[in-house]
Amino acid sequence: MSEPKPKQDEPIKRMLAPVRLEFTVSAGRDKTAFLGAIIEGRILGGRCPSCRKVYVPPRGCPTCGVEMVGDIPISDHGVVTTFCTVSIPFEGQTMKLPYVYASIVLDGADVPIFHLVDGIDAKDARMGLRVRADWRPPAERKPTMESIRAFVPTGEPDAAFDTYKEHL
Amino acid sequence: MERCAVIGVGQTKHAAKRDDLSMIGLVREAATRALEDAGLTFRDIDAVVIGKAPDMFEGVMMPELFLAEALGAVGKPMMRVHTAGSVGGSTAIVAAHLVSAGIHQRVLTVAYEKQSESDAMWALSPKYPFQPPLMAGAGGYFAPLIRAYIRRSNAPNDVGVRVAVKDRLNALKNPYAHLKMPEISAAQVEASPMLWDPIRYLETCPSSDGACAMVLSSETAARSAPHRPAWVHATATRSEPNLFAGRDQVNPRAGRDCAAALYKQAGITDPRKQLDAAEIYVPFSWFEPMWMENLGFAPEGEGWKMTLEGATALGGDMPINPSGGVMSSNPIGASGMLRFAEAALQVRGQAGEHQVEGAKLAMGHAYGGGSQFFAMWIVGDARP
Repeated sequence: MSEPKPKQDEPIKRMLAPVRLEFTVSAGRDKTAFLGAIIEGRILGGRCPSCRKVYVPPRGCPTCGVEMVGDIPISDHGVVTTFCTVSIPFEGQTMKLPYVYASIVLDGADVPIFHLVDGIDAKDARMGLRVRADWRPPAERKPTMESIRAFVPTGEPDAAFDTYKEHL
Repeated sequence: MERCAVIGVGQTKHAAKRDDLSMIGLVREAATRALEDAGLTFRDIDAVVIGKAPDMFEGVMMPELFLAEALGAVGKPMMRVHTAGSVGGSTAIVAAHLVSAGIHQRVLTVAYEKQSESDAMWALSPKYPFQPPLMAGAGGYFAPLIRAYIRRSNAPNDVGVRVAVKDRLNALKNPYAHLKMPEISAAQVEASPMLWDPIRYLETCPSSDGACAMVLSSETAARSAPHRPAWVHATATRSEPNLFAGRDQVNPRAGRDCAAALYKQAGITDPRKQLDAAEIYVPFSWFEPMWMENLGFAPEGEGWKMTLEGATALGGDMPINPSGGVMSSNPIGASGMLRFAEAALQVRGQAGEHQVEGAKLAMGHAYGGGSQFFAMWIVGDARP
C-alpha cells in the first residue's frame, strides 16, 4: 500500500506503517513425510482408521479426531471439482492474470487440494476436467506444493458430475 | 435465564475512507450513538465486549487494549471475541449471554473495521505452507463455491445480478450505508469486470470503514430505557472444520444446525412465514440464494426462486437485507453486528425509510472463515 504525499497546505491525516512477517512452521510427522515425497515427485496421503477417508496431505482426521495410519501413495491425476478464474490484481500477488485456481480431487483421495490449472485457455476451464500434475524438474523442487508447477489437462473425457459432486 | 433487551443501537456513517477519524474515533462514534439511544453514559455500563476481524487486516496487534479507555472500559470487565467474519454476530451473542446469565445489567458491545487502513486482500492471501500462492482473497475462496451452487441448483445466471441491484436500491433508503448508487441497473452490474469468475465487481461487497454498537440490558434495566427495546428471543452459534471428507461447502452443516437450534429456542417452525425480516451476511450477491436454503427459508436448490420472485425485496414476503446489507457496507468486523443491530431496529420500528412495516420478529445472521463459523439471533418487539 503506497500513500500519496500530502500537499504542503493539507493536514497530515494518514501515515504509512509497514509490517513484515516471516514465520517458521514445524511440519509435524505426517507433513514431514509428505514434503519429503513431494521433492521426489510423489504425493502421499493418509487414511483415517475410523472413517476410512483418505486425506492429502495426511493429517489428524477432522471428523473422527484420530491419527491417520500409513503413507498412502496417491495418484498425481485427478478431477477439477470447481474453480474460479482470477482476474483481480492485489498486493503481493505473484501470478500473471487471469489464472485458474481450482479445487482438484486426486484419484484415490477424499478431499481436494487447491492448485493452478493451465495448459488450457481460462475460458475453457470447466468442472469435471481431468488433469495431471506437471512437476518441476527434480533439481528445482522444494518442500512445497510449488514443486508442482501446475495441473494440466490429461486429454481424457470429462468426469461425470455424479462422480465428484460429493466433494463440492 | 434473565431476559435480554437491546435498548440502544448506534452505527457510523460507513464509507470507503473515514480519514476524519482514527480507529478510536470510529468506535466512539458508534458507541456514543448507542449510549444516547439508550439514554445512558459510559459510566452506566457494567462491561464491554468488542469484536473485529483478524489483527493482520490493519496490522495492529490487539487493538482492544488501546480501545479499552476509549470505550469507558477501564476498571470494568472487557473482552474481545474473534470468529473471523462472523465476529460481529458472535460478539453481540457473548454480550447478550452476560446479561441473560444474570452477570451484568448493562453491557456495551462494539464491533468495527477500518478497511482503508488495512489490506484485507493481502491478509486473506497468505503464503500457506502446503498450498501454492494462488489464493486471491475472499472472492477467490468463495467463487468456486458459487460455481458449485449454480451447477447444483441449475439457477439462472442472473440471480447474482438481481441481488446486487436489490441490495443497492435498499441502501438508498439507509442513511448510514456506504454505497449510494441511485443509477444501479442489471446492465451496469453485468457490464462490471469479472474479478473472480463467476463473481463480477458489482456482485461483490465494498471495502468500508465503519463501526456498530449496541447496549444490551436486563429486563429491569430496560424499564428505564427511553425507547422501545428489541427483545432477544434466541441466540445460536456453530462451527465446523474448514475441510473434511464429504463436507458440503455450499450448504454447510454448521449453518443448518445453527438455524435449527435458533428456531427451536424461538419456537419457530416455519421461518419464512413467521419471520418478518432478516438481515443475512451476503458479501457476494450469490450468497443470498445459498443462505435462503441453508437457513430453511427455501427447499434445497430453490433459494434462487425467492430472489427471482421478488420475495426477498423490501415489500416481498421475506425481506432480506432491507438496510442494503453487506453488499452496500462492509466494515468486516462490524458487518455481522450490523445485521444483528438492523434486525433490532426493524422490530423497534426505528429502521426509517427501510422499515419493514409492522415487523415483529426479525433475524440477524453472520458467517465467517470458509463458511465455517455461524452466529444468529432472533429479536422481537414483545418479551419472549
